[in-house]
Amino acid sequence: MCRLCALVSADYFSPMENILALETMKEGHDGSGLGLILRDLGGEFEDLKDFPILSAIATDKGFYDLDEFMVSKGFRTKHMWEPQINLRPGMSIQRRDRYIVKAFEYPDAVKDQPWEVKARLLTDTRLEIRRMGEPDGSVFAFSFWPDVVTLKEVGDPLEVGEFFGLDTKPIPARIVFAQGRQNTNYAINLYACHPFFIQGQCTMTNGENTAFVPIKEYLSGRGEPAYMGYNSDSEVFAHILHFVRARLGYPLKYYKDVITPLADPEMERRAEAGALRLLKRSLRMLTIDGPNCVIGCDQDGTVFMVQDAKKLRPGVVGGVRGKVGLMSEVCGLTAAVPGRNTDHDVFPMKYDMAMVRPGAKEIEVCNQLDGSTTTINLA
Amino acid sequence: MPYVVRWDDDRCTRCGRCTSVCPVGAIEPGVFEKRLVESTGPVPMPTTVRRVVAGVKQVTDIRHRCVGCATCRLVCPNDAIRPEYNPHNKFRWHANQGGDPYKRGGRRNDPGVSTLDLLKFTRISMLTDPALDAGRHEFRVRTYLGRNLPPEELPLKIEGDSLVADGTPFIPPVREIFPIRIGGMSVGALSPHMWEGLCMGVAYLNEVEKLPVVMCTGEGGMPPRLLKSPFLKYFILQIASGYFGWDEIIHAVPEMQCDPAAIEIKYGQGAKPGDGGLLMAAKVLKHIARIRGVPEYVDLASPPTHQTKYSIEEAVAKMITSMSMLFDFRVPVYPKISGTKTALAVLNNLARNPFAAALTIDGEDGGTGAAYNVSLDKMGHPIASNLRECYLNLVKIGKQNELPLFAAGGVGKSGNLAANAAALIMLGASGADCGKYIMQAAAGCLGDENNRCNICNTGKCPRGITTQDPKLYRRLDPDKVAERVVDVFLAADKELKKLFAPMGRSTELPIGMSDGLSVSDRAVADRLQISYAC
Ligand code: SF4
Ligand code: SF4
Repeated sequence: MCRLCALVSADYFSPMENILALETMKEGHDGSGLGLILRDLGGEFEDLKDFPILSAIATDKGFYDLDEFMVSKGFRTKHMWEPQINLRPGMSIQRRDRYIVKAFEYPDAVKDQPWEVKARLLTDTRLEIRRMGEPDGSVFAFSFWPDVVTLKEVGDPLEVGEFFGLDTKPIPARIVFAQGRQNTNYAINLYACHPFFIQGQCTMTNGENTAFVPIKEYLSGRGEPAYMGYNSDSEVFAHILHFVRARLGYPLKYYKDVITPLADPEMERRAEAGALRLLKRSLRMLTIDGPNCVIGCDQDGTVFMVQDAKKLRPGVVGGVRGKVGLMSEVCGLTAAVPGRNTDHDVFPMKYDMAMVRPGAKEIEVCNQLDGSTTTINLA
Repeated sequence: MPYVVRWDDDRCTRCGRCTSVCPVGAIEPGVFEKRLVESTGPVPMPTTVRRVVAGVKQVTDIRHRCVGCATCRLVCPNDAIRPEYNPHNKFRWHANQGGDPYKRGGRRNDPGVSTLDLLKFTRISMLTDPALDAGRHEFRVRTYLGRNLPPEELPLKIEGDSLVADGTPFIPPVREIFPIRIGGMSVGALSPHMWEGLCMGVAYLNEVEKLPVVMCTGEGGMPPRLLKSPFLKYFILQIASGYFGWDEIIHAVPEMQCDPAAIEIKYGQGAKPGDGGLLMAAKVLKHIARIRGVPEYVDLASPPTHQTKYSIEEAVAKMITSMSMLFDFRVPVYPKISGTKTALAVLNNLARNPFAAALTIDGEDGGTGAAYNVSLDKMGHPIASNLRECYLNLVKIGKQNELPLFAAGGVGKSGNLAANAAALIMLGASGADCGKYIMQAAAGCLGDENNRCNICNTGKCPRGITTQDPKLYRRLDPDKVAERVVDVFLAADKELKKLFAPMGRSTELPIGMSDGLSVSDRAVADRLQISYAC
């Protein structure tokens, strides 16, 4: 089963920390891939928070096509980060021509437009790039969004981290999602690698999503062009998050009520039982049927973990004030945040949704059953 | 003769039970001249003699052909008589005696394997995640009958950090039910004992077992006492083109203690598309005449279409609105159509109608109490592809959760009720209806796809299921029927769980989970857009 490691910190840190945590959970992933999403960037991107960053992989041909395309769209390159590729003998990674992390200036036409217009443009542009590069595999575009970088590659996570030179020249960030992939039923494909990103929201998941096909079909019919891809059955979790938050505008805690609705008699304990009943019916197609542990990040940088009732071994959330980890295994957390008070660890159970806001001062646990929130102050 | 009666002279004691019980007069007492070898003296002196003996004879008149029901065998104390299927029979060439096309009850005479029975459940969670335990995990095997609003239109607003109702008064009514329903079979078509048994079974399942099984009345209303009982909520009232029974229903509305589960508007029936209901005069006894509001002993033929409506917009939309108004928009109202290539036209029309609660499509393998053989055998569309096509169309327009589809016609044809229902659900149905299955399982209906029995139209049902003759329906114990109805649904509930568990589905019905299905026929796989496995 895939291994998940999210870290939220008050200070910038290197994504290598996530990778080393994944290394401790090694028996769970088979080295078939590493996916990283970095948010709230520091280092050379610290002063570029408003500029959208394109994260992509391309062949040489794709690289030039992409350049031309971006110019034709009116995007001007602002800054470019290049990984210091370190392909040591013995590494099983297949090096690709270009790893692109590039910040752009908005085209003049949209510069002064409201954020919604910019957001749409960024998404549509990413989809166009994806479509452009898909037939011949010349470009893979993972995210195109301000203050977000995505890195993905097939191979053992530690090797991939070193390959990208993250141990020597990392991009520091305050939120980093990392997933060590356990390739299961679908072919190894870069687009199938978690975390998945859509318009400022991202998720990574482990476990099998048995309700994948109906969920995918439902999302595909919502009229959102970005609900596509689905090379992995876990991609739908990101899109559901987007649908619930961006499309329906529901508060974040309802994500849990959508993907794992309460049984009808259980709802009665919630003040908004009537609303929940309607939600459950209308969003029935988005009910997941796990077992899944989902770690996600909302647009505002709130990171959360939820799982369904069938997830027999829950993930863990814990840390110290200013640094919290959300992981699929405890050993990963111990590696990433040493010296934490384990009494404050949270193992979200079937009704819990654990949330960590930017700054990582505390862990909030929303109880789906009674609607209460417990806050754990970290020392 | 489709069935030849084998009678054993040596075993027969001439008690006469078989001839008196035969529902079609296929056997009668007869005399034969017989050559016997006798020896009567003190020493053996065998001689042959010719004697006239009494016995049982099969009638050769095609109108009294043996239908293979084997009731004679059932009553014979000496195992001296039985019908035998004659695969070389020429019955079909002679059935149109007197210029009258052959009419009968029952099902399509096709003993072949149905598409539903070809489908296999092939997606089994194994290593990445262990399969569920059907006996121990919590399962929710329920479905919605009624229109689910698209989430964007939910009457909710955000207050603080919570979603609350915004006070919009109309929310389409939705019932949460067990995904297998008992399809429409009318009082009148069914005997009082059969109907009572089904009703008791359904009530018990709901009240005691907490399994929300609903049953449709078929066209013909309901006994007034039941209409005014608190059990009405377990029944779907059907209105069809003859409006039989609706006078009584409308008059009972002010006295109803609860709302019915739903209203089904029957536009078509899979067994006989294009035909209206037909209740033969022989079955229109006093109590039936009263419930239906008609004279006794007349043929009750419903028109093929709803006569007051002309276009699809009127036929469907107006009728749905008027039926909704009757119950103040508190009851889901949906049409039932026979499987047809034009189902999509109806579907698209319904998808745009905010009051349409669902659509039931009845495939060619549905049953009926009376129809022309040619309609039964040759008209209609198989359910699997028709349902799938409709579901995929809803997916295309993004309304698969708004308008639930129910599939009927041949569910449990070969005895696999739960498996057929599960297959339909995974093809996109929100639930499935059964009729013939429950008649066979709960009351021992003898009919089969070799045209066995199938004399439901004559009022002479040998099991007492489709007759109004007290002498016949006395044979059926309503308590036993009820008990079997309960057995059937409890078992189906367990079987559904047994099917869904290995596929890792327990919290929601796997509607449209087509990746769980496979079939070993390439063409079927392509048509249903499922995988091919062999
Ligand atoms: S099998 Fe039925 S129809 Fe045939 S002779 Fe016996 S009782 Fe009559
Ligand atoms: S047993 Fe009765 S219901 Fe069944 S086929 Fe015969 S006549 Fe019809």
